[in-house]
Amino acid sequence: MNKIGELFNSEINVINVGIDFISEDIKKQGAVATQLEWAPPARGNVELLALLDSLNSEEKQAKIEAANKEAVERIVKSQPVLIGYDQAINCVPGMTKTTILHAGPPITWEKMSGPMKGAVTGAIVFEGLAADLVEAEEVAASGKITFSPCHEHQCVGSMAGVTSASMFMHIVENKTYGNLAFTNLSEQLSKILRFGANDQSVIDRLVWMRDVFGPVLRDAMKLCPEGIDLRLLLSSALHMGDECHNRNVAGTTLLIQALTPYIVKTDYSLKEKIEVFDFVASSDYFSGPTWMVLCKCALDAAHGIENSTIVTTMARNGVEFGIRVSGMKGNTWFTGPSQKVIGPMFAGYKPEDSGLDIGDSAITETYGIGGFAMATAPAIVPLVGGTVEEAMGYSKEMLEITTIENPNVTIPVLDFMGVPTGIDVRKVIATGKLPIINTAIAHKDPGVGMIGAGITNPPFEAFEKAIKALEEAIH
Amino acid sequence: MTIQAKIKKNTYFDSVSLMSLSTRANLIEDVKQAMIGMGTDMNKEVIRNVGMGSKEIEAAGTGDLMITIETDNPDAVDTIFEEIDLLFTTKVKKPQKGATVYKSINQASQEIEESNVAIISVNGSFAAREAQEALDKDLHVMLFSDNVSIEEELALKKSAHEKGLLMMGPDCGTAIINNIGLCFANKVRKGTIGIVAASGTGAQELSVRIHEFGYGISQLIGTGGRDLSEAIGGIMMLDGLAALEEDEETKVIMLISKPPAKSVEIKVLEAVKNSKKPVVVYFLGGDEEAVTKAGGHYAKRSKEAAIKAVILAGAKEEELDTHPLNIPLVEEVRAKLSDEQKYIRGLFCGGTLCDEAMYAAMEKLDNVYSNIQTNPEFKLVDNNKSQEHTFIDFGSDEFTSGKPHPMIDPSTRIDRFLKEAADPEVAVIAMDFVLGYGSHEDPVGVMLPAIKEAKEQAEKDGRHLEILGYVLGTELDVQDIKEQTQKLMDAGVTISSSSQNTGLLAREFVLKGDSK
Repeated sequence: MNKIGELFNSEINVINVGIDFISEDIKKQGAVATQLEWAPPARGNVELLALLDSLNSEEKQAKIEAANKEAVERIVKSQPVLIGYDQAINCVPGMTKTTILHAGPPITWEKMSGPMKGAVTGAIVFEGLAADLVEAEEVAASGKITFSPCHEHQCVGSMAGVTSASMFMHIVENKTYGNLAFTNLSEQLSKILRFGANDQSVIDRLVWMRDVFGPVLRDAMKLCPEGIDLRLLLSSALHMGDECHNRNVAGTTLLIQALTPYIVKTDYSLKEKIEVFDFVASSDYFSGPTWMVLCKCALDAAHGIENSTIVTTMARNGVEFGIRVSGMKGNTWFTGPSQKVIGPMFAGYKPEDSGLDIGDSAITETYGIGGFAMATAPAIVPLVGGTVEEAMGYSKEMLEITTIENPNVTIPVLDFMGVPTGIDVRKVIATGKLPIINTAIAHKDPGVGMIGAGITNPPFEAFEKAIKALEEAIH
Repeated sequence: MTIQAKIKKNTYFDSVSLMSLSTRANLIEDVKQAMIGMGTDMNKEVIRNVGMGSKEIEAAGTGDLMITIETDNPDAVDTIFEEIDLLFTTKVKKPQKGATVYKSINQASQEIEESNVAIISVNGSFAAREAQEALDKDLHVMLFSDNVSIEEELALKKSAHEKGLLMMGPDCGTAIINNIGLCFANKVRKGTIGIVAASGTGAQELSVRIHEFGYGISQLIGTGGRDLSEAIGGIMMLDGLAALEEDEETKVIMLISKPPAKSVEIKVLEAVKNSKKPVVVYFLGGDEEAVTKAGGHYAKRSKEAAIKAVILAGAKEEELDTHPLNIPLVEEVRAKLSDEQKYIRGLFCGGTLCDEAMYAAMEKLDNVYSNIQTNPEFKLVDNNKSQEHTFIDFGSDEFTSGKPHPMIDPSTRIDRFLKEAADPEVAVIAMDFVLGYGSHEDPVGVMLPAIKEAKEQAEKDGRHLEILGYVLGTELDVQDIKEQTQKLMDAGVTISSSSQNTGLLAREFVLKGDSK
C-alpha cells in the first residue's frame, strides 16, 4: 500500500510545530498530538541559514556525509592503549627545555588568565628556569619561553594544561590507526598547578611526581608490554556510574587495579610504593587525565578528513574557547570567549570568584563522554542542579547534534544507548543547541585552585566561524 | 555575630551533593555564611581560613558531617539549622511522567514511532525547512504557515510527490484525515465522500453541507491555495485525487478550487477523465463544458456541488432539504431599503466564502470591488475604503500581517463594520461566522455589541440596515451553532443557510429589479 493509503488506515499521530491550539484541538478529538518546544533554526540568523542551505545542496551534502561517516568511524574504531609513561622531553613532539604547553587555543603570556599565569610561573620555577615566582614572571614575559597549545603537540592538558619538559606523561597508542597521544599526570588535590596554584607545596609535589611517582609508573608499564586497553576500562567505568570527566571514582579504581601488579613488581622500595598508592587513593581524579588522552588519541585519528564537519577538538585557555573541525586540516582554530561555569561551589566561595571555563578536558565531551554521558552518572546530578530525569535528557539531547552512537561505550540506563559521538558543526548551527560540558571551576586568581564544579557550553560564535570556513572550503 | 557548628556523627554525603547543599544553605534568611562538608582535613582548613573554626569542627572525624553557620541574628540560629535539615530531606521535584520535551521534528519522529503527520505553523521564513525535515522523516505534512515562497512550495511538493507523501499547504487551513479535523475544520460525520480542496473555507463549507444532507466525509485533503497555479501545476491535487481513487471508503470525489490556471485545469480534468469514481468539480469561475467533457460533474456553486455529491453517494434529490432561496424574504428586504441604499459590503473571515459571494454578485452587478479581485480594474484602490459593492477578505495577507487570522480573532473587522454601517449608501452588510476547530470560541459574541450599536444608530437615522449573517458549522462543533444563530437573530440579523445563499441573497437584496 502507498504511504497515503497507509495514513488513511492508521491512527493519526501528529507532531505539531507552532501554534499550541492545533495540538489541543487534535487531542480533543481523541487523537495523539505532540507539541514541539520549537525555536527557530540557527537561532533565527538568516545569514547562517544561507550557509547551511549551501552545505545542504545535494552535491555538497553527499561529500560531507561520506567524509563524516569516515570521521566518526575512525573515532569509534580507535583503540587507544596505554603503553607507557615518560618525561615530556623524551616523548612529546616538539617539546624543548624552554617550551611550555598550555590548554586551549593559542594565547600569548600577556593575555593569559590568572590561573594559567599562575601555572606557567609555577612550571618555570619547577623546571629551574627561574629562582622564584617573581623572576618566573619576568622569564615568561621575556620571550625565552615557547608557548604552544597542548593540542598542537598530540597532547591534552586538564585545566591550565601547563606541561613542561620534565613532567611525566601518559603515552597512549592508537592500535587501530597508529597515532600517539600524551597527557601529564593528575596532581590529585585541589590546590595544584593546573588550577593556577604555585606555592612551595605545589612545586614540592611536582618534584616528587617527577622523581618518584612518574618513574614508578614508567617502570611498571615497562613490565606490561601489551599495554592497557583504555577503552575497555572506559566502558566499564561508564557502566559503574562515571561519566569520566567530573566523576572518576570507578575509572580510577579500574586503572589502579590494572597498574597495581606491575607497580608491585618494580624494584622501588616499599615506602615509595606505599607513597604511590596513598597518592592515587588521595583523590578520585587520578584517572581523569587518562580518559582525556584516550579521547585525544581517538579524535586525532579523525582529524584532517577533507569535507568533514565533525568537531575534533573543544578546548579552552581561560580566555577563549576554541574548536577544531576535521575538514579544516592542521591547527585551524575557531574561537569565541570562554564562558562562565555554573554549578555548586566549595564552601566559602561565590560565583564572582570563578575564573572562566578553562582546560582541554572538553575533549571528553568531544568524544562523547563527560556531559554527553551525564545519564550514566546520576551521582553527580547535583552539578546540574536538576533531577536525574533531566540528566537523562542531556544525554539524549546531545544525539541531536552528533552523528552516531558509539557502540563500544554505552549507557545502561538508557537501554545501552551508545554515547553521542561526532559533533556536527552543521547540526549545532541548525539546532542552535550547544554541546554540554561538565567541568571544574578554577578560582580566577592565580595560586588558589579549584573552587567548584558545574556545567558550561562553548560560545555559539566558535561554531558560526567554523560553518563560514567550511562553507568556503567545501566545493 | 554568631558562629555555630553542628556535627552529625557518622553521616555520609558525597561531596558533590554537599556542595550543592551549601550553596542552597547560603540562601537561607539570616545566614551570612554557611558551610556543609564532611570532616576532612581539607574542609576543616577551608572553614578555619574563613574564620569559622571551632573546637567542634576540629573534633569532627572524616565520617562526620559538619554544618557551620555564621549569622548576625543570634535568635535565628535554631531556625537556620532546622531549615538546613530540611534541605537534606527535600528532594528536587520530579517533572510529571510522560512530559518528555521534544525540540525538533527529527527527535520527536525518532522517539514517537507511530507519528505520521507533522503540522507546521511557525513563521514563514522557517516553515519550509521544518516541512522538508518532516518529509525526510516520512511524515505527511500540513503546512499551515503563510509567507512560504512559491519556489519553496514547489520543492516541497516535488519531494513529497517522490516519496508518496501528502504535502498539504502552505497557507492551508483545513484537512480532515480519518475523521480527525486538522487546524480549521468542522466536526462532521464520517462517510464516503472524499474532498481535495485548494481552498480552506470552501472545503469547510462543502463538508458542512454534506453533513447537513446526512452524508459524511471519508477524507478531506487541503492542498494549499496555490496548488492549481501555473508554477505548482496541481501536484497535490493530482496526488490527492489518486489517493482517493484508491481509497476503498471513498465512493465520490469532490475537487474544489478558486479559479485555477488554465493549463493546470486541463491536467486535472485529464485525471478526472481517467477516474473510475464519480468526481464533482467545483472550480470558481470554472469551465462547465470542459468538466462535462472530462466526464466530471460540474458545479457552479458550493451547495450545488454538495447536492451533486450526496446524490452520487446515494441520496434521493426529492428527499433533500436543499434550502432554496427565500424569495418572499428578498421582497420584504427590498421594500425596507431606501433608493439611496444601493451597495453590498461583504466583510468575510473565510477567503472562499468571500470569493463565492463576490462571484455571485458579479454575475449581475458590474461594479464589484475587492481586495482579492484578480482583475486589477476592480481591485480596491485603498483596502481600508470601500467602493460601490465591496467584498473584503480579512484573512488576506494585507490584513493579517502581525495579527492572528480573523477566524481565530474576528475582532479585526469590528471597526470596518461600524464604518460600513454608518454609510447611508450601504444596503446590506454580509458577514460570515466560522465555527469549528481552530476558530474563535464565540465569533458571534465578538461582533454582537457592534451589531446592536449599528442597528440602533440606523434606526435613529431613520433607515433600515440589513445585516446578513452566515454561521458556518455543524451541531457537532465545539461552539454551539444554535446559540450562535439565535444570538444573531435576536439582534435583528437575517440568517443565511449556506455560503451559496449568502452571496445570492445579498445580491438579490440590492437588485430591485434593475439587474443587468
